[in-house]
Amino acid sequence: MEWETVIGLEIHTQLRTKSKIFSSASTAFGAEPNTQACAVDLGLPGVLPVVNAEAIRMATKFGLATGSAICKHSVFARKNYFYPDSPKGYQISQMELPIVGEGAIDIELEDGTKKTIGITRAHLEEDAGKSLHEDYQGMTGIDLNRAGTPLLEIVSEPDMRSAKEAVAYMKKIHSLVQYIEISDGNMAESSFRCDANVSVRPKGQKEYGTRAELKNINSFRFVERAINLEIERQIDVIEDGGKVVQETRLYDADKHETRSMRSKEEANDYRYFPDPDLLPVVFDDAYIEEIRKTLPELPDEKTARFVSDLGLSEYDAGILTASRELADFFEAVIGQSVDAKLTANWIIGDVSARLNKEDLTIAECPVSSKLLAGMLKRIEDNTISGKIAKDVFNGMWNGEGDADTVIDKKGLKQITDDSAIEAIIDEVIANSPDQLEQYRSGKDKLFGYFVGQVMKASQGKANPAQVNQMLKDKLS
Amino acid sequence: MYHTKTLSELSTMLEAGEVTSVQLTEHFLQRIKEYDSQLNSFITVTAEQALSAAAEADKKRKAGNAGPLTGIPFAHKDIFCTKGVKTTCGSKMLHNFESPYDATVVEKLQQAGVVMLGKTNMDEFAMGSSNETSFYGNVKNPWDTKAVPGGSSGGSASSVAARLTPASTGTDTGGSIRQPASLCGITGLKPTYGRVSRYGMIAFASSLDQAGPMAQSAEDCALLLNAMSGFDPKDSTSLEKDVPDYTADLNNPLDGLRIGLPKEYFGEGLSTGTNEIVQKAIEEYKSMGAEIIDISLPNTHLAVPVYYVVAPAECSSNLSRFDGVRFGHRCENPKDLEDLYKRSRGEGFGEEVKRRIMIGTYALSAGYYDAYYIKAQQLRRMISDDFTKAFEKVDVIMGPSSPETAFNIGEKSNDPISMYLSDIYTIAVNLAGLPGMSVPAGFSENMPVGLQIIANHFDESRLLNAAHQYQQKTDWHKQIPEQFK
Amino acid sequence: MSLGPDDVKSIAHLARLEIDEKNIEEYANSLSSILDLVEEMNAVDTAGIKPMAHPMNVSQRLRADEVLEVNQREIFQKIAPKVKDGLYLVPQVIE
Repeated sequence: MEWETVIGLEIHTQLRTKSKIFSSASTAFGAEPNTQACAVDLGLPGVLPVVNAEAIRMATKFGLATGSAICKHSVFARKNYFYPDSPKGYQISQMELPIVGEGAIDIELEDGTKKTIGITRAHLEEDAGKSLHEDYQGMTGIDLNRAGTPLLEIVSEPDMRSAKEAVAYMKKIHSLVQYIEISDGNMAESSFRCDANVSVRPKGQKEYGTRAELKNINSFRFVERAINLEIERQIDVIEDGGKVVQETRLYDADKHETRSMRSKEEANDYRYFPDPDLLPVVFDDAYIEEIRKTLPELPDEKTARFVSDLGLSEYDAGILTASRELADFFEAVIGQSVDAKLTANWIIGDVSARLNKEDLTIAECPVSSKLLAGMLKRIEDNTISGKIAKDVFNGMWNGEGDADTVIDKKGLKQITDDSAIEAIIDEVIANSPDQLEQYRSGKDKLFGYFVGQVMKASQGKANPAQVNQMLKDKLS
Repeated sequence: MYHTKTLSELSTMLEAGEVTSVQLTEHFLQRIKEYDSQLNSFITVTAEQALSAAAEADKKRKAGNAGPLTGIPFAHKDIFCTKGVKTTCGSKMLHNFESPYDATVVEKLQQAGVVMLGKTNMDEFAMGSSNETSFYGNVKNPWDTKAVPGGSSGGSASSVAARLTPASTGTDTGGSIRQPASLCGITGLKPTYGRVSRYGMIAFASSLDQAGPMAQSAEDCALLLNAMSGFDPKDSTSLEKDVPDYTADLNNPLDGLRIGLPKEYFGEGLSTGTNEIVQKAIEEYKSMGAEIIDISLPNTHLAVPVYYVVAPAECSSNLSRFDGVRFGHRCENPKDLEDLYKRSRGEGFGEEVKRRIMIGTYALSAGYYDAYYIKAQQLRRMISDDFTKAFEKVDVIMGPSSPETAFNIGEKSNDPISMYLSDIYTIAVNLAGLPGMSVPAGFSENMPVGLQIIANHFDESRLLNAAHQYQQKTDWHKQIPEQFK
Repeated sequence: MSLGPDDVKSIAHLARLEIDEKNIEEYANSLSSILDLVEEMNAVDTAGIKPMAHPMNVSQRLRADEVLEVNQREIFQKIAPKVKDGLYLVPQVIE
């Protein structure tokens, strides 16, 4: 039987506020345990929450960036459950009236076509603390520094049909939240993570199959693997005559399996009700418009502009706008009057390859946009060839200075003096009587041989266009 | 002697230099020592801190930096977090809890200069109407030590009535200031919801809880409310509204004051004795020029049912933080996480608290939420709307604070429902967030009866004015039980 | 509405309260009687009435995003039943 997969994602992204959503404690990552857990975060008797304006603003910004409905009257609710990383015995979240309503976002599929993924809602909530399972006298240690960090939970429609689509969507949201500067998107620090709801159904069937929820996945690679594993598992279960049960499952990256978390299932009666310590969050159109003004150019808009104004291909534009940092880097380079296509080729090509090799992000690139622009200008003004530029780039990467310094120091300046090139050509011709004879008797292919020899003799520094032209003249 | 004076009178004496704060503090500490074994109204007495605070207050006064409350001995209900002092909320759960911070109310009163004598006994987590649910033993009514003082602010009411402290704080979720004030013959005020900060006041039912003063007279309450009220950025439900001087209108004449008498407050369930006293008080108001208007609050009968859904629902969640992990009682040798939770909570909470947590848990649980919680919230609006309509026609509403005088200890402790009904006249006020007072209005069979006065939102000044004028004509609030004179 | 012993047990579990087996019957009775009291609500038609979660018709005030808290771990953990290396300890959480 042919199966169809149905996937919906719940993405949790930490908002990059300075203080927590309901207290004035710091959200900075990596502090000593419980040094950033204040009385409110600890849920001491008598303490009360007060909402951080910045969290509301950021959530609204996300709503605007995805064309979602903004709820001008949203309500915080308590989700009641006992767990040691949830100090009050409830999590403050939003249930019936979330701050962001329905919206949508486009993802690009592998074949280049676009698909629209619906966003059901996005709501604000507080993050939990962390349980440390290293052995403390046979006990678990609780660090509540993270408790109260603002989270935006972005819930998608079950619109994705493969793990790849799910990853594309997650990447798109990941890029977006960084574009609009509401999250640092740091997945290693768990500031961006997701739960995936996965089900399968026979192709053509209208009703959804029973879904399983894969909890807390914090890398793109794991999302893809976990979903694919889960799809296989569910198909196996059904084909063996069994039934998929609705449950929460955990992806274990080490064992490469998903397994049931029955413990979490058992008492899932969260008893949501409006938090009586908080009042409805109410704002007007003017507030929304003010936030709209702070929205930067969004990835899709940027892509379109790169294509129409700069003449880049859809593909190249898509790569360059995939992250805000990359796009900013690109724009910083072309801002120094360098040709856009040349810049795009370099960034997508050599720069990205080197970054990948060294496992660095564009923000960590040792060659700044200014350095790169300086080098590309030397290509444009024929000081160096594209090939020599690779050596210059390496020099800059290794901290040997800007392009001109590297060119100078290494003597990489292109030879453009006609008489100097002519001298080299003459020497090559003189040293290749056989080849000359064959060429003259019609073996045109040997032209390449002469170019190669000239370039070699000039240590690659002869201007290739000039070499071509002059060789043609000499050999004819 | 000092203890027969009202707070306002003591304030005048301090100002005139007729007495020092240290002298007053010593006097009241001595009284607590002498009499509290009969009443059990204090859980903690902070004698040492009190004396040094009193000395500090005297210095301040000498330096000319004193306000009307500087140096006044005072008690806090043990529901308010007090830094470095045991804060138990009447529960075993917090038998070892020394709060690391001060409640806003405590801070404000401290800034105003009051000298804390100690923390008063209360029903566990403020859940009760008789002070019998306290882990620290029941409190007795100074008018008859076989009787309850009411609750949950029973320790505050009892200690003020026996003049062990000039005044105290209380909190009122369904009548917990007004009912014990009534049963102990003192003056208690529950302000408009949001008037006084809830920060640091251990929550019972967040949308109903409100702190207020418990004292001998309306004038005392006005002075205390001046210090307690005001916007607090730490409490989202605190209201950004200017605080008037609550003593300013005390002496306004009551000519033309429109008093509404809801027929529902004088029906079945009201004891004859209480009714007679309340009617007499109303006659007194008539004689002062007030106009009496019969009104109806048709949904009054629903207040108790609605309250026993809303309050337990909120408390079931508010009390989840008591889990034996970060503070409070923790069971011995928990075998796993569930055992830690269940035994710590099972051992730490008393029966009534458990009962209410369970009712609340049930009312919020899947399948029952709409039938109980949402239904109750809808009815809450209807109850509130009754008052809105009434206040279009009247300035204040009057009636009994409690259907009967203080009952005997043990009389209702096995019958939660009859206990719940003793708050029948006070609960609706909390549901609607209105300010209400109980004012001593006389005695029925030698036990005090309180007159309840209810005003519109933020109309505390009018409440205090009405009560003060009455207290100018009567001396019920000046009565002291014989054995505590 | 009346609750039986099993209801009491499941509610007590949800609320993480240990209840003595011998008191379950009593809880069942008292909780049922409270539910009977509350039953009166059902006699009223509330169709179309907006639930009132809060006594005052006001909206949430927002706080500026500022870090004002300092580390008070030592003070907070002085009142904690069991801590080690700055962590609160609980029986092992198995996932």
